[in-house]
Order: sequence, then C-alpha cells, then structure tokens
Amino acid sequence: MNGGPRLFSILRQGPYLIASIHTALDDSQLVRFQQDLVERIGSDRARGVVIDVAALDVLDSFASRTLRDIGEMARLRGAVTVIVGIQPDVAFAMVELGMDTGRVVTALDLEEGLAELDSCLAAPPAPRT
Amino acid sequence: MTRHEDPSATVAPTDVRHELDGEALLPQLVAHLREHRTRLRQEWVGRIQEAHLLQAMTAQEMSAETTLVYDNYVEVLETGSVEALQHYARDLSERIIPRGVETHEVVGIVLLLRDVLARSLFEKYQRDFALLNRVLDAYEPAANRIANTVAVSFVEERERVIRQQQDSIRELSTPVLPVRERLLILPIIGVLDRERARQLTVQLLGGIRTHRAKVVVVDITGVPDVDESVANHLVRTVDASRLMGASVIITGLSPEIAQTLVTIGVDLSKMNTIGDLQGGLEEAERLLGYAVSRDDGNGGP
Repeated sequence: MNGGPRLFSILRQGPYLIASIHTALDDSQLVRFQQDLVERIGSDRARGVVIDVAALDVLDSFASRTLRDIGEMARLRGAVTVIVGIQPDVAFAMVELGMDTGRVVTALDLEEGLAELDSCLAAPPAPRT
Repeated sequence: MTRHEDPSATVAPTDVRHELDGEALLPQLVAHLREHRTRLRQEWVGRIQEAHLLQAMTAQEMSAETTLVYDNYVEVLETGSVEALQHYARDLSERIIPRGVETHEVVGIVLLLRDVLARSLFEKYQRDFALLNRVLDAYEPAANRIANTVAVSFVEERERVIRQQQDSIRELSTPVLPVRERLLILPIIGVLDRERARQLTVQLLGGIRTHRAKVVVVDITGVPDVDESVANHLVRTVDASRLMGASVIITGLSPEIAQTLVTIGVDLSKMNTIGDLQGGLEEAERLLGYAVSRDDGNGGP
C-alpha cells in the first residue's frame, strides 16, 4: 500500500500544515494521504490544515468522503481543516452528485484558506451560514 | 416534370394547337400575365384589402411590395428555377418580417395572387376548355410550388431571426459585476430557463474564480417565475459556490417565486436570502467587514 512515489506533499507553515494533492489519487493513495496527514498533525503540533485540491479536475465520492473524514479526524486531534482550490466544474459536479464537504470549511485558494484559518483560530469557530 | 408529357398524351397528335403544348404554354401565359400586369396587380391588391391582410403596411408600401412580388412571381413562373424561387422567397421574407407580417398573411397573399392569376387564365381561355386544361396543367404545379416554397422559407426565416435574437439575449443576459473587492453582483432579468440557469452557473462559478470573490449577490428581482428544475439548479449553484469558498446571497425573490419554491418543496435551508438588492448589498458588506458610513455621520446601513 505504501509503495510508489508520493503524489501529494505535506509542508509545514508556522502552526499550519499545507497538504497539496498533485494529481488524481486512487483509493489506496487517498488512504495513505489520510494516514500521513493525521499523523503529521500530531507530530507537528499543527493548529490548522489546508488541503489544496486545485490540481484535481475530478473529485469522486470516495475522495470527497476521505476529505470530510480527514476534517473530522483533524478536529479530533485539535486542528481546523480548510479545503481550498475546488475548481468550478468540480464544485458543480460534486453538488450534482450530492456530495459535499460536510462541516469542513472551504475557501477559494491557499491564501484565502490561511486567512480563514487565522480567523477560525482567533475566534472560536462559528457555524458557517 | 410530367407536365411536359401529360398534355401530349391526352391530346391527339392531329390537334392543330399541339405545338402550344408543354414548354410553349408557359411562355405564353407569362406573356399574358406581363401584358395585364397593372390590372391584375390592382385586382390582387383589392383582394388583399378585402381579406384584411397586410394591415401593418401603408398604401404606398403595399403598392411597392405587391409590384415587386408580382414581378418576382411571374419571373419564377417563367424560369421555374429553384434558386430564383428560393431567392425570391428569402428576399420577400427578409423584407416583410421586420414589418410584423404574420405567417398566415404571407401564405394568404401568395395564395390570393395564385387565385387572381388563375382566374385571369380562366377568363382568357374560357372558350377553349381543352386548352385551358393544359394551361392550368402548366400553371398549377408551378404556382403551388411557389406558394409552398414561400411558406417554408418564411417560417425558416422567422425561426432564424428568433434564434438570432435568443442568442443575443443569452449573451447579454448574465453579466457578472464586481462591486467591491471580493464582492460580485449578478442581476438576472427575464425568464430563467434550463439553458440560462446552466449558463448562470458557469458565469457565477467562473466569476468567483477570476474575481476571487467571497460574497456574491444574485438578484432575481427581474425573474417572473421559476420551475422546479431551475430552482433545484439554483440551490445546487449556491452549494457549489460554497465549495469554492464564496457565500451567495439571493435577493429579490418575488412573492410568486417564494410560493412556488415552498410549494414544490425545494430545500432552501442553506440559502441565504434577503428581501431586496439594497439589503443584500448591506449584508454582503457586513460579511466582508465593510462599514459604510455617510460623511455627515448620520448613519448608513
């Protein structure tokens, strides 16, 4: 399961982790991504996670569920998750197929995501409208 | 065409008029129609007025148009060429559609002209029934073909005009306007059909991306009604915008639309709606952290 090159990167930026997915991941790679990321949250003592999916032109139901699960797991380990860079086509296709990111916050791009994390951590997270 | 052979088959070869058969008859009757052009045209105009057709036109226009149509008609009878016929029909449609002429009027006047001309042929050949029959054999298919082609090209021309107008309405219909940094307005005016709703989604999501918008106000004050599929599409577009990190505020829901949406049971719990565009902009500014105040300090929103 852990074979082959990694198709994602997890970088530390201050108290945050920036996880970029570089290309479409298959299911086993998604699981690996989830494991690595949840582990890194603990080891890096991250307060927030930005997951950048801008490179993806498709997000299937397993991928969006995994992202939602990562958000939940990260919350349990004390970090806020923001998903950024969902492309217009991907966004509409996800909604058409009845998928969403659950309680995970979304933002336009990396910069927005970091700003979102800043405001989430400055004030206790409020439910989004 | 069978009309070249039919008369000679029914008429005995000894008939002295047999050289007038087929091809020769048509030029003869065209010559007749040219000769009596003014009288026949006036008779035709009289019939048009009696039938209350083309009332959108003035007397001068009517006179000019009927002259043109008459000459074209006779020319097509003479040459019988399909190109000339189509050209004539297209030309006619192009000229009269902008004046608000209806389909039944165009077909009506062409049929009237056919009848007027047929009647003049009856008159001319009434003493020789066999010859009249052959003249009509030559005349009727040609005249019917003209009527047919004119009707078809008129409808085609109308459809082309309608398509063209739909395209231009569509192009103009969904502007994405940046009002402030990170704030977009999409005013929608006119009927939201499936195609426009799809286009709206593309424009909205694309606009969020290019303008890096955080809040989008979609104003549907100018939308008279929506059906279920369009309403669902709207809800999905709002969800998709949220996935891209933007909040959508819908403003100007008319009482009819509000009733429709609730009656058909569209799930609007996630929709942020505000009464009018003004309120929507104030809410958007609040979301973006703007505080607008007037110079004299007497408040603002």
